[in-house]
Amino acid sequence: MKKNVLFVQGNEACVEAALYAGLDFFAGYPITPSTEIAELLSYQLPKGGGKFIQMEDEISSMCVIIGASLTGKKVMTATSGPGFSLMQEAVGFAIMTETPCVIVNVQRGGPSTGLPTSVSQGDVMQARWGSHGEHAIITLTASNNQDVFAITVEAFNLSEIFRTPVILLFDEVVAHTRERLIMPEPGEIDVVKRLKTSVKEGTDYHPYLPREDGRLPMSDFGEVHRYNVTGLMHDMWGFPSENPKVVYGLMHHLVDKIEGHTKEITMVKEFFIDDAECLLISYGSSARTALHVVENRRARGERLGLVELQTLWPFPVDVIKERCASVNYAIVVEMNMGQILHEVKKAVDDPDKVFLANQIDGSFITPTDILNILRIIQGKGA
Amino acid sequence: MPVRDYIRERFFPHIWCPGCGHGTVMGSMIRAIENLGIKKNDIVVVSGIGCSSRICGYLDFHTLHTLHGRAIAFATGVKLSRPELTLIVPMGDGDACAIGGNHLIHAARRNIDMTAIIMNNSTYGMTGGQYSPSTDHGDFATTAPYGNIDQSFDLVKLLLGAGASFVARTTTYHVRSMIKILEKAIIHKGFSVVEILSQCPTYFGRKNKFASAVDMLKYYKAHTTPIGSKEKEKNPDLIERGIFFQEERPEYCAEYDRIIEKASKAG
Repeated sequence: MKKNVLFVQGNEACVEAALYAGLDFFAGYPITPSTEIAELLSYQLPKGGGKFIQMEDEISSMCVIIGASLTGKKVMTATSGPGFSLMQEAVGFAIMTETPCVIVNVQRGGPSTGLPTSVSQGDVMQARWGSHGEHAIITLTASNNQDVFAITVEAFNLSEIFRTPVILLFDEVVAHTRERLIMPEPGEIDVVKRLKTSVKEGTDYHPYLPREDGRLPMSDFGEVHRYNVTGLMHDMWGFPSENPKVVYGLMHHLVDKIEGHTKEITMVKEFFIDDAECLLISYGSSARTALHVVENRRARGERLGLVELQTLWPFPVDVIKERCASVNYAIVVEMNMGQILHEVKKAVDDPDKVFLANQIDGSFITPTDILNILRIIQGKGA
Repeated sequence: MPVRDYIRERFFPHIWCPGCGHGTVMGSMIRAIENLGIKKNDIVVVSGIGCSSRICGYLDFHTLHTLHGRAIAFATGVKLSRPELTLIVPMGDGDACAIGGNHLIHAARRNIDMTAIIMNNSTYGMTGGQYSPSTDHGDFATTAPYGNIDQSFDLVKLLLGAGASFVARTTTYHVRSMIKILEKAIIHKGFSVVEILSQCPTYFGRKNKFASAVDMLKYYKAHTTPIGSKEKEKNPDLIERGIFFQEERPEYCAEYDRIIEKASKAG
């Protein structure tokens, strides 16, 4: 059968993937460079009976999707830096209440209003620690449209499996680059459905009592089980509790369910790493530039390799430590002042052999930006 | 069903202070729902943060205790995805009108079918009695030790301006009419708001020379009057109570169903 091939923007690939994953409900607020996601979904969602709502701000957009998720719907919102800042309190609410949802942040230049139409990867740490309090979070990213599609479906799957918000950290270049997308057939990529409780009406349902495997089957609002959902620390009924034992147990559950599954959440793509002497580590659109440099230098016989991170959080410490053990040096390629650099330095045995090649002026990182660092490391001068 | 069948006794005692008006509102809500005969599984109560918002946990419905000011936004998500459910959103005056003011007016503008109950005690009770957007000019609060220089919202006028299709006000003294008003608000198809003046003897009362909750209730009796009464003509300072406005208007979820119909046909 002939494949359905589209020529689309990254934002559109994200929309197609969300629909593929079973998106029922989207709420959002216009913001560059993510707006196309809202525009396209306002058109597509109602065709299949899904719902779209444009809210008064990003705060309410995030709250609306959590409310919709609790009725059993697959939900998403999309924004960029300033809107992502506004969403943080409700992201914490979704973490605390274990409500599946997907949040797309198409990164632009910051801080503040920054560079609305320019590329940046400055929100890596905000995705990790933007919401207050101790917590764990899943954050995924991609460098091209085909991967945007796969990663978006994966984001929905992980949010259902772990009952947690999942952040899709795209960037302006990925979002606005038009390129080929081969649409996967239905069934080609696994789609995880919501795990619903099998507890019958009249039997006590404990919404926050994990099964042995750590998963918590849900009951939709409006169905037979009536229970309480709160952003306060809570017991297995979802009722507020300050009991230190209950609080300790919940804190560990919320963090361990993600950090304890880092290996299965981790997705990386590897290029020419087997005999690499110099390893580039990159993600998002920066990884496109990094791959170009690696392929180019390989053609000249230089042993460069690339690890492209698709999972940023939980950070794949073990993978990075292992891959860096056998190389002479590693260069982290990113469009910020070293947000993933520091994670890599923490992960490896010898942090002194990890360097940064970056771009922070709003223009897209070029091969020259990487080669300049490479020359310095190789002792060839700037 | 007796009132007790609507509450989660497991979670009592409640957190409210002696003399607080919020329990009266909760009792009236339950009686209104009982009178309307709505099934417990069909009701979702969404609240924000504050003393009043704790109502949610004590009630045996689907209950969602959310973030400060955001209850209406969460409720919008629940309602739009399951329009057949009855949404009730109890809030305090600070919750609904300060931090949540934007969501309040926009939900009114959309005319999405839910009932916002604003328990107005003119103070932030849970944090210890600071002035709120409904604390009157000249009143005292823990953050207005020299008297409040802010002007207060007239919530009825605010909501009428914002486009709510049902707007009412009552007090915890007028329990019988509160129940009737809540019944009408809940069955109203559209965004309904009921402002309920609810006493906070612990903080507002103490700062503003009310000796007891009873004095505050007597104040509600003496200083309010039914809409359009002759007393209001004689004394314009009286606060009117009753249903100010009620109009059938296209409801948001029903409008969205029309979009689904159009979009499906477009193919």
